[in-house]
Order: sequence, then structure tokens, then C-alpha cells
Amino acid sequence: MIKKKECVAMLLAGGQGSRLYALTQKTAKPSVSFGGKYRIIDFTLSNCINSGLDTVGVLTQYQPLLLNDYIGNGLPWDLDRTFGGVKILPPYQGKDGADWYRGTANAIWQNMNFIDRYGAEYVLVLSGDHIYKMDYAEMLAYHKQRGADCTIAVIEVPLEEASRFGIMSTREDGTIYRFTEKPKQPDSTKASMGIYIFNRDKLERYLRADSQDPASSNDFGKNVIPAMLAGGETMLAYPFHGYWKDVGTIDSLWEANMDLLGEHPALVLSDESWRIYSRHESAPPQFVGKDAAVSNCSVTAGCELYGSVRNSVLGSNVRVMPGAVVEDSVLMSDVTVESGASVRYSILDSGVTVGAGATVGEARGTASGIAVVGANYRIPVGETVAAGAMIYG
Amino acid sequence: MNVAGLIFSNIHDQSIPELTRIRTMASIPFGCRYRLIDFPLSNMVNSDITTVGIITHNNYQSLMDHIGTGKDWDLARRSGGIKLLPPYVAAYENTVAGRLYSSRLEALIGAENFVHRCQADYLVLSDCDVILNIDLRQVIEEHIRSGAFLTVVTKQLGSVAHGFDSPVDVVRVGEDGDIEEITRVRSQRGACEVSTNVMVVRRSDLLAIISESLSHGYTSFSGDVIGRNLGRQRIRAYRYTGWYAHIDSLPSYFACSMELLTPEARAGLFQIADRQIYTKIRNSPPTKYAEDAVVKNSLVADGCMIEGQVENSILFRGVRIGRGSVVRNCILLQDTFVGSDVQLGCVITDKNVVIKDGRTLSGHESMPFFIGKGLMV
Repeated sequence: MIKKKECVAMLLAGGQGSRLYALTQKTAKPSVSFGGKYRIIDFTLSNCINSGLDTVGVLTQYQPLLLNDYIGNGLPWDLDRTFGGVKILPPYQGKDGADWYRGTANAIWQNMNFIDRYGAEYVLVLSGDHIYKMDYAEMLAYHKQRGADCTIAVIEVPLEEASRFGIMSTREDGTIYRFTEKPKQPDSTKASMGIYIFNRDKLERYLRADSQDPASSNDFGKNVIPAMLAGGETMLAYPFHGYWKDVGTIDSLWEANMDLLGEHPALVLSDESWRIYSRHESAPPQFVGKDAAVSNCSVTAGCELYGSVRNSVLGSNVRVMPGAVVEDSVLMSDVTVESGASVRYSILDSGVTVGAGATVGEARGTASGIAVVGANYRIPVGETVAAGAMIYG
Repeated sequence: MNVAGLIFSNIHDQSIPELTRIRTMASIPFGCRYRLIDFPLSNMVNSDITTVGIITHNNYQSLMDHIGTGKDWDLARRSGGIKLLPPYVAAYENTVAGRLYSSRLEALIGAENFVHRCQADYLVLSDCDVILNIDLRQVIEEHIRSGAFLTVVTKQLGSVAHGFDSPVDVVRVGEDGDIEEITRVRSQRGACEVSTNVMVVRRSDLLAIISESLSHGYTSFSGDVIGRNLGRQRIRAYRYTGWYAHIDSLPSYFACSMELLTPEARAGLFQIADRQIYTKIRNSPPTKYAEDAVVKNSLVADGCMIEGQVENSILFRGVRIGRGSVVRNCILLQDTFVGSDVQLGCVITDKNVVIKDGRTLSGHESMPFFIGKGLMV
């Protein structure tokens, strides 16, 4: 008997994330660390499994080594399945030649055979660089119930920020009549979240046409969605209410981390009914020393804290030595802050060492920007890293 | 070299009834996120032992839940991996017919099938009441080189007077490293060397021990097997010098847990390169320290929420400490909920305990106040 999957998820994870620069020198954006023990892609993968979607193709291209290793056989997300599960889909050499993924649409087009292997009627296209918790099953039910050809998840954004997003103009019944990428004068506040559900046959037809158009940049937002609108297909906006953040910039990545803190955090990870899964190494419990001061922080296993840590998010195995100060910062795994050093309003990637007495960044109130230090960088004893600086080795 | 492991999960259950009423010795929570079996199991995995039998007796539901398929120890294997060996009760002659085993030797007899089929050359036996981080490969190498019949891992204890809450096997070791005498004691003056009950034996020798014990009706491993063979066969001591804890009562559970607050204990147990301790992954989010949290000298697992004051304490996963509460010298097991303005001193709470707002509870280091699983105070 041939088994089938009603819906297959295709997760676009090939983006470089060039605006994160120092953090994406050696890895793709979806595998950037977030919230202490997660990576950005954990949110979409966990959403998939929590929505009952157990077949996920992850399209990789830029610096895939870490991502391949991280996803592995999909075990942490319960996506290690004998039929379905998570599969990494890198660019490959086919009968008609080999090519890189030339755009988001082209990446899916090159993998239509993956979708067809599972006989999927619906294709969910996701991007691996957003932080949110969403039930895709509800969106699929909406799509099916309304008989749409394509459903796009949208979120309300403030009008003054609307020109940063792809904006959907909708009718009363929720159908989309216009889509404008980063409009100068937005007439709607419904921003595309980069989450699409397509009927497989319609998707194939438009991707085929797109692939034959040499002028196309093979992008969903720029080419395929406008073409489907022009072709008179039924396009629906699916309104999403809840936390959603594009962590494509240093500032937004920092903000999203800070959203975990406070008495009523904007982003809650302790919800047992919607767990975020991640692959993590076994680390011993965290230890807080007798002279340490830790307040308004999120701290992960393996940390040893002897200094003062405030308003910060700490990854696993972080060491803050006696007399050191960490404030308003994001410290990824295996960071060491030596005695007397201070780290303020900064993002330190994994493995960074801040030498004794060194100063990184400035107090948040006065700093010109967030200081960012790339993976495994060693800041020498007594050195100063200016506010807003971006350094990596 | 093909080596298999055999872990006795229940052998010392009676020494700590508070915590074993609903679980095995092996599944007693220890050190914020571990169960006692994680230590022998991790030692085996870190020493390339990938076939492990776990002998169970009763109350082993929590143990099965903890072990699962063994994947968190990388022991979900097609060949080898973890095998739980529930008690083998059958009405055959010469077996422990119709009743559960009551000694190590009888437990071994019940596991004869596993030993028979495991295809290993050597076996490592281990209990769950002793916490070590040991490289078993060295013990095995040493055992093979010496050509001994049995190698027992021992630990030298300092020169203070020792009172043991449960009997312990004290060994006298000759200059050649062979064990000359083994005595079961409850207390000991001055320095002594004790058996950790971690042992290495050739599989064929273990099978011979089992069949000989069956035919003679032997029941005691240390008395009948080690005792009878002293002087006849070479029984060697392997001196372990790393961090050691022996849990044989609730006060000793309390003391050993508190020892984890010292840097020596954490270095000796958790921070040895390539010898980390594995446990079941629970996917807890990171722990959150609120604005007014004050935490001093404490070991905290992931998934906690701390709004009050915590000092010299061990918090397991998912513990919540409410505003204005003060927790000192406590061990709070998984998902303990402490309301607001609570005062706790020398208290051990089992899983899912709820302490309501404003309560004050206190024990003493020598007699910690224990609150059973799921109770509400």
C-alpha cells in the first residue's frame, strides 16, 4: 500500500542572514542561537510537530554544515520517522544539469519530487528565520474550508512600520486583491509572515511558468504570488494573532531575546502544551555562587555565575567570574567573562572569552548601538570594545 | 574487547525508604536533573560499554519511564543497547522459585540468561547507591593484566570515624593489591577502604559463579563468592581516587547532595573531559530569575522560576519559588511549587509537592524534614 501525507512542509533555511553579519560568518541564519538553548529554526520545526505535520523538507544552501549537524535525524523534534520525518534538501545535480537554488521559488521547484514522493495535496512553505508559535493545522483547515488556492499568513503591523514588509490588501471576505513588497505608501497593515499554503497542482503550474521566465528572480514574494494574483487564483489572508518576530537584524535579535524576560514576557517558552524542542548537549545544572547577583535573567544548564548578571539571556556553560558585570546582553553558549570584565548592551556569540578587566559595549542608555562579538573571539585582558562595534575572527 | 554492563537497580532500596517507597534506588533523583542510575550508566557509556542489562526487582515503573529506549544515553541500539531485566519468577527447580530475589547473588541468578547471551568477554557489575565518575576501561585493563578472578573497585576513606547507616564491605588489601579480607561493618574507626560494589569479572567466570551458587544454594555475593574464594582465587582491589558519594540513608542523601555545592564535587563529577553524565532529556526552557530574585550558593536545574530568595539549596527541574519566600539548605525535587512568603529550612520535598503561601517548615541537617510526592502543605 502506498502511504500518503496530506501536507508536506518545506522550510527555507538557505538564507545567509547578511544583516546579522558577525553571527552568520560560519553558519546560516536559521542556526543562529536564540533564547539560551534554542536555535532560530527550532521554532518552525517545533511548530510543525506540534501541528501534527511530520514531513518536513529543510532547504539548505548557505553554510549548511552546522545546520545539517544540528538537525541530524530529527530526533529532538520527534521527526525521526520511518516514513516522512525531517529531510535536508541541498541543491543537487539533476538530469538537466546542476544549479544552486536561485530563489525561494526555485528552491521549491527543484524539489517537487520530494513533495510528490509523499503524494501531498498541500504544500506549506515556511522560512526558518522567524520566532513565533503557530498552529499550522488551523491554517490548513482554514485553507481547505475556504477552498483557496493559496493562503498566506498575515499579521497586523503598525502603519508606520508597514513599509518594511510585504503588505496584503484584502477584501471583506479575507481574499487578497493586491500584494506589494515594501510599499512606500501602504494602504493596509496586514504584513506577510512568509508562511504560505499552496494546493500542490497550482503551485506546480506557477513554479513551472516561473522557471521558464528568464526575467524572473524566482522569488515567492516578488514573482510567484503576484503571478497567481494576476492569474485570478483564490488567494486568502490568514490572520495570525500572537508573538511573531523577524530576527533578521542585530537589533531585532536582541529585542526578541529580551522579550523572554520580565514579569509578563511577550514570548513564553514554558507553555507545556506548545513546547519548543531543541537539540542540546547534556550539561550539568547551573551554579550560582555565594557572591553572585542574578536578576531578571534567563539562564541555561551548565552556567557558573559568580559575578553580577542583570537583564540578560545566557546560553549553556556560560561563566561569569567574580567581580564581572553583565547587563542587557545576550551571551550564547560557552562564553566566559573573566574577573572584573564588563559586558553591557552586547551580543556575544558562542565560545567568546572576555579577558579580565576588559570592557565590551556601553550602558544601554548611552550606547550608540549593540556591540557584537563573533564566535570564539578572544578579547584580550583590559581591552575595550566600543558600543555598536562588530568584531569577529 | 567486548564488555557488557550489569546494573542492580534495587539492591539498596531499604536504606532510604522515604525516597524508594514509590521508586527504585536507581531512579532516586539526585543533583538537580539526574537519577542515581545515570552515574553507573554514564560511566559505562563513557567507557565504550554499549550492552547494559538493568536488573529490576519491584517498583520499576519510574525506572522504565526514565530509561525509555535508552536513546538519551545513546543506547538505543539494534545490537546491544539497554535491556531491562525484570524479576524472573518461575516454578522451576533450583531457581528462586515463587518469590523475588533477596540478595545480589539471587538477582544474578535471575539474570543468567542475559549473561549467557550477551557475547561479551567481560562484565562490569555496578550498584546505584554509590556515585562515581570513573573510567572503567582502566579497571578492565588492570583486571586483564593482573589475571585476577575478580576485581573490586575500592575507595579509601579518610581517618575520621565512620558510621554507616547501612552495612558496608570494608576490605583489607595486601601490598600486591590483592584483597586479603572482607568484613561487613556498620561503623569503623579511622581510615578504611570500602568496596564500591563496582566489579569486573570474566563472563565465563561469572557463569561459573552463578551455576556453582545454584547448585550449592549460595545467596550472598560478598560472603559466599568473595569470602569463599579469598586465598583460593585472586581478588584484586582497584583503588578509585575520584569524587565519591555513598547514599545509604536520608541524612546521607542530604549530605551528599549538599556536597555538590563545593567546587571539588562539581569538578570531580560533572567537569571531567569526555566523561559527562547523561540523563533523560526533558526539554525544559531555561530557568528564569525574576527582578527580585536573590540566589546564593545554589545548584539550579533548567525550567525553574525564581522570584524569592534561595540559599545553599538544590532545585530540580520545574521548581517555582514565589515572591518573598526564603529557601535555605533545601532539596526541592522536580516541579515543587513554593508559594509566596514561605520559609523553608533543611527540607526535602519529593516531586510535585505544593507549599502554600505563608508556611514555615524546618528540619535539621541530621534529620531533614521530608515531604512525600504530590503532597500539599
